[in-house]
Amino acid sequence: MHLSGDLGIWIAALLTLGIFSFLYKDNPAYKLCEHLFVGVSAGYYVVLNYFSVVKPNLLDPLFHGGAHTDFLLVVPLVLGILLFSRFFPKGDWLSRWSIALILGVYPALRITGFGQGDFVEQIHGTMVPLWVAGNPGATIGNWILVVGLLATLIFFFFSKEHKGALGGTARLGVYFLMVSFGASYGYTVMARISLLIGRVMFLLHDWLGVLHL
Amino acid sequence: MSFFASLRRLDRRWIFLAIGLLVVVPLLTGFHIAPVLPSARARGFYDAIEKLPAGSTVVLAGDYDPGTIAENYPMHLAATRHLMARKIKIIAVELYPGGPPLADRVLHLAGAEFDRKEGVDYVNLGYKSGNEAVMSQMGSSIPVTFPTDRSGTPVSRIPVMKGVENFSQIKLLVSISAGYPGTKEWVQQVVSRYHVPMVAGVTAVSAPEYYPYLQAGQLQGLLGGMAGAAEYETLVKAPGLATRGMDAQSLAHVFIALMILLGNLATLPQRSSGGKA
Repeated sequence: MHLSGDLGIWIAALLTLGIFSFLYKDNPAYKLCEHLFVGVSAGYYVVLNYFSVVKPNLLDPLFHGGAHTDFLLVVPLVLGILLFSRFFPKGDWLSRWSIALILGVYPALRITGFGQGDFVEQIHGTMVPLWVAGNPGATIGNWILVVGLLATLIFFFFSKEHKGALGGTARLGVYFLMVSFGASYGYTVMARISLLIGRVMFLLHDWLGVLHL
Repeated sequence: MSFFASLRRLDRRWIFLAIGLLVVVPLLTGFHIAPVLPSARARGFYDAIEKLPAGSTVVLAGDYDPGTIAENYPMHLAATRHLMARKIKIIAVELYPGGPPLADRVLHLAGAEFDRKEGVDYVNLGYKSGNEAVMSQMGSSIPVTFPTDRSGTPVSRIPVMKGVENFSQIKLLVSISAGYPGTKEWVQQVVSRYHVPMVAGVTAVSAPEYYPYLQAGQLQGLLGGMAGAAEYETLVKAPGLATRGMDAQSLAHVFIALMILLGNLATLPQRSSGGKA
């Protein structure tokens, strides 16, 4: 056993144990750690955003750019300042201009990204050969893909009552969905256990020094 | 009281304790179940890096924070080591506020190991808020999007950034991602639009979301969670944190599967009698 002499490691270890204490029951130590996390994160994000975004992308090129000053940056500067008008009830309508810009740009970016990356490419990805010569595994896999896709799509077709052939296919779609939910659940379990392993490794290795990696 | 009746009344804290022990004991004793066998998904990740000629430039996006360090950090470190061993230049960017210190750590660790110099062989451009807007703007100009590196040095004075204008100069995009913004957005904004080959290392909870991208060829390789990281560590012949954690992982999984089975058996009489048992 080789206990860490690093104050930072001790603080991190005690905070980890404080959060884990919730597994026994809610308690003041857990609440303290939770509030500390929220406060420190907020402070960290404000400082990081100032030095990573506001200063290099806006203030420096606008006020310290010399001959290369980009005066167009006055527009985002003004729009950014207008967002703070929400703190003043009488003038909070001014922030709507900035919010309108954000609402206009982001959906457009996401829709075009989704259209290109998901919609078109994913449809393209399902156009697979249903007979792969000399590779029965690929043939079966492609059939499962196409049948699973069509059955699942039919399950989400609500314009006609799910009866007869339509009902049977929709039922098959449910089975495919169940398999995907099961896979997602398995991966979720793996993710949560991994997080626990990471914290335990930290406690045993970095803090207590009883684990050698 | 029958076994199943007592199981129905079991305090869940006993299960937490059992999971805790199943994680701690294998780590302390070095208990080993089975070797890690790389999957085709991990091999795709490995091959995509192996195929790159020495001297090419890649973007390494470290979009995660300490919340998923156990899953993302081992794959981030292994990928950085692999890239540096292959003498590939790295431009690191992060779209998670908590990402930059972690990216610094892997870059400096692997850089010291393979004698790669900061600024010459790799650079960490740091964090930028804006999610998809950042990715999209990088397609127009990486130096305009990231005018300085993480320490404030203008990119015009960083040798590794010389000649890098946008994704045209990038041979591979390596995304280490914990969620939004991450792999999905890189595929949507960059792979589809600029046709940059891409590999991804993601948290297990989000991995099923990316299988369609892999199947459609939008991703060349995929590492899912700690298991994916361990497979990749095996391929690069550098077993690390992920490989070490896999035995604890397997034992915990067996226990949880057993608990699910027993839980269902225990509640079966209740369900068959409409909850009156």
